[in-house]
Amino acid sequence: MATQLDTDYFQKDKVLKTVGTRPIKADGVDKVTGRARFGADIHLPSMLHGMFKRSPHPHARILSIDTSAAEALAGVKAVVTSADFPDMKPGTPYDDQTRNMMARGKVFYDGHAVAAVAATSATIARKAVKLIEVEYEVLPHVMDIMEAMKPDAPLLRDDIFTKGVDPKPDKPSNVTERVEYAMGDVEKGFKEADVIVEHHFKTKAMHQGYIEPQACVASYTEDGQAEVWCTTQGHFRFRQVCANLLAMDVSKICVTQSEMGGGFGGKNYSYIEPVAIALSRKSSRPVKLVLSRNEVLRATGPVSGTATWFKMGCTKDGKITAAEADLIYETGPFAGSMFANAAMAGFTRYDLENVKSVGHEVVTNRPKVAAFRAPCVPPTVFGIEQIVDEMARKIGMDPIEFRLKNAAEEGYTTVYGQTFGPIGFTTVLKTAKEHPHYTAPLGANQGRGIATGFWFNRGGPSSATININEDGTATLITGNPDVGGSRVSLAMMAAEELGIDVDKVRPSIADTNALGYNHVTAGSRVTFSSGKALIDATRKAIKVACERAAEIWDVPADGVVYEDGFCRPSSSNVGDFDPLPLAEIAKRSIALGGTIAGHAEIVATGAGPGFGIHIVDVEVDKETGRTDIKRYTVIQDAGKAIHPSQVEGQFQGGAVQGNGWALNEEYIYGEDGRLQNPGFLDYRVPVASDVPMIDTVIVEVPNPDAPFGLRGVGEVPLIPTMAAIANAIRDAIGVRMYELPMSPPKVLKAIEEAEKT
Amino acid sequence: MARKHVATTVNGDTYEFLCDAEQTLLDVLRDEMFLTGSKEGCSSGDCGACSVMLEGKLVCSCLVLGIEADGKTIDTIEGMADGETLHPLQQKFLEENGLQCGICTPGILIAARALLERNPDPSEIEVRYWLAGNLCRCTGYDKIIRSVLDAAADMRGA
Repeated sequence: MATQLDTDYFQKDKVLKTVGTRPIKADGVDKVTGRARFGADIHLPSMLHGMFKRSPHPHARILSIDTSAAEALAGVKAVVTSADFPDMKPGTPYDDQTRNMMARGKVFYDGHAVAAVAATSATIARKAVKLIEVEYEVLPHVMDIMEAMKPDAPLLRDDIFTKGVDPKPDKPSNVTERVEYAMGDVEKGFKEADVIVEHHFKTKAMHQGYIEPQACVASYTEDGQAEVWCTTQGHFRFRQVCANLLAMDVSKICVTQSEMGGGFGGKNYSYIEPVAIALSRKSSRPVKLVLSRNEVLRATGPVSGTATWFKMGCTKDGKITAAEADLIYETGPFAGSMFANAAMAGFTRYDLENVKSVGHEVVTNRPKVAAFRAPCVPPTVFGIEQIVDEMARKIGMDPIEFRLKNAAEEGYTTVYGQTFGPIGFTTVLKTAKEHPHYTAPLGANQGRGIATGFWFNRGGPSSATININEDGTATLITGNPDVGGSRVSLAMMAAEELGIDVDKVRPSIADTNALGYNHVTAGSRVTFSSGKALIDATRKAIKVACERAAEIWDVPADGVVYEDGFCRPSSSNVGDFDPLPLAEIAKRSIALGGTIAGHAEIVATGAGPGFGIHIVDVEVDKETGRTDIKRYTVIQDAGKAIHPSQVEGQFQGGAVQGNGWALNEEYIYGEDGRLQNPGFLDYRVPVASDVPMIDTVIVEVPNPDAPFGLRGVGEVPLIPTMAAIANAIRDAIGVRMYELPMSPPKVLKAIEEAEKT
Repeated sequence: MARKHVATTVNGDTYEFLCDAEQTLLDVLRDEMFLTGSKEGCSSGDCGACSVMLEGKLVCSCLVLGIEADGKTIDTIEGMADGETLHPLQQKFLEENGLQCGICTPGILIAARALLERNPDPSEIEVRYWLAGNLCRCTGYDKIIRSVLDAAADMRGA
């Protein structure tokens, strides 16, 4: 039968029983009892321990690698170098990834992997790594983006010809790409302005700071198949990467995701899995690879350092007339920082006619940059929201009122071409203005700041299966690693659709053999995209249930409707039958034609953008330059909070990560190009005593294209934080901070300079 | 170097194993006894994910040598529940969403229990400073602190 499935995901008028409640998460008990298995918790019989040999130099040519002494050590079963992986043509999709995973010809940063060993114990593996002799020709290095852009800078690679410039450059450089997003006429707009504010800003490289280091176990068998267990934000993508980097068929690799101990974008990218497979292939034994914290900080996912410039103008009654940005983002030795996001999203949320953002991405001798919550947007918003704050100050307007006056509404077409449907920015701003925090009295040396943020929210490929078991319970299978509670939210949506208790739906995340492709858990996409897929799957299962009920009653299939867990005759004309509970149909279905099930493979579209505002009170100690966060409120549009506790958790977690980025966190390199703070003692993320409770308000302006009206919520909460704190510091001490982190020495210096003038 | 025989009591059970001189208590818990509830986040005592009780004292098991466990009593997350009954802290963390990814949760629960044994009625500030050695990157600490304070209140009432 080709009847169309209902495509009303929003279900505006549905009375919700489960969505919006706060059940205990499905993975909860395992996580409070120590049972949950994370990447490093997998043990296989006869498993070997792998370990990397890493470069101590930020930039060097590899002259030779001598592995003979390591291979001769008792207990060493395999050693691999880049020679064990297929060479890729420069410029092909996986070339950068294989060169980052294992240096080929050149090392590009302190900590770049040059070889790996597998041995019968970690102790032996450590000894073997020391026995590998690598001869280097050390080359001049460049760590700073501004230095790297100079014509006489050390050139990292001879195959980078800046993309996006016309004509194509005839000489290679360290600038990978230029992007420009513009509309209207900024020159005209600045002429119309009564007030113009412009300034340069700088932010430092920092790290996602997930507590669980990358970890995997791989087992390659003689028939050319591989199994991988790993911590990842996307096991389907990792399978694809392994297949490409090892020249294997996708079908010959099965990847099972473990519980993931934090990713925040950093585990979208595979660093170790292909190496573990190669070691297993060479040793014929399963191999476990677990990174140390030192390796995590030196060789995985830092976030771009940036140098930015912004200019904005407004009339004296508060209308922004023009906005311009120049954005320079570092990316490590390989392109892929996603810097274009900053040019697209930086100003988006304001109703601008004249806007121009130009971005450049630059390679340096630092680890390859990886995604972090709203990749690349927060450093740009750090500047923009301070410029906006300064404009409001100059014309004497309340900063929320100023933003209300310029807030984008439904129907606005952004600089990157999206026309907004219903959006919640204005509601978010109004909610903030009425929040008691906004008007609470401040103490001595205290100040209040606000800042706002926007994130696209993503969709993309997702697959889902639902099996109605013989007792009427349901097993839900989806394919996105759960980073913060998506499993329970998905189970709740399935329960709502089926009209059964959430406790009767068991959500699970399948390995790559069990489902169609799922895009990575990123972009705040999972609850939306997997939600749409599971609703399709559930509706298909319900359709089967109705057909079975029709068979039992011997009536036409379209004479049966499904409501609240029961099949009923669609009208009295169909016949007088007692409603059949799903459990009863399921029990009889095993014999009646097989399990009631539904599956769906979709590319989810129609994600609704997210908007948020942060209000923060700080107290600055003028003698030490230390900033204390006294009060913090996050207000954000969630469309519809499926599980409000999970949504609040995203708001709070994002804000506190931003506190670290604002006040402490930075990569510190020595003159020698070596990372000086590769540990949690010197790379200091916020601890419990650094922050107050984080108050939250969930605004719900539904997205009509999404299940129950939901919007992704994971990324917006990081975007405004650094700017909100900077604005609060300005309010407290009258000094503006143009660089991150706003650590005590920098704040003290700014205070001293201000006192001089 | 020869491995040393170690006999230790973990969560009331006796374990015997051979230990390399360089193995930490965390290494032997995870790799010799397969008690993988204690996690390694840093191996330098900065993240607290490996927190266990050693002779009744809260320690980072990554900073204790495996050999030091000989003849000692150790309590880990695997022994926190009483049979099928979760510890009130475990229950509150579930009810109040005091965890997201869960990698820091075992260490935080062990540390929080150690606090409540010493101070059954801690203030918010006392909880925050006691847990300052346990990093959590997901939650922003809010729901963790509330879970501990509410579990403490329940335990005082019980």
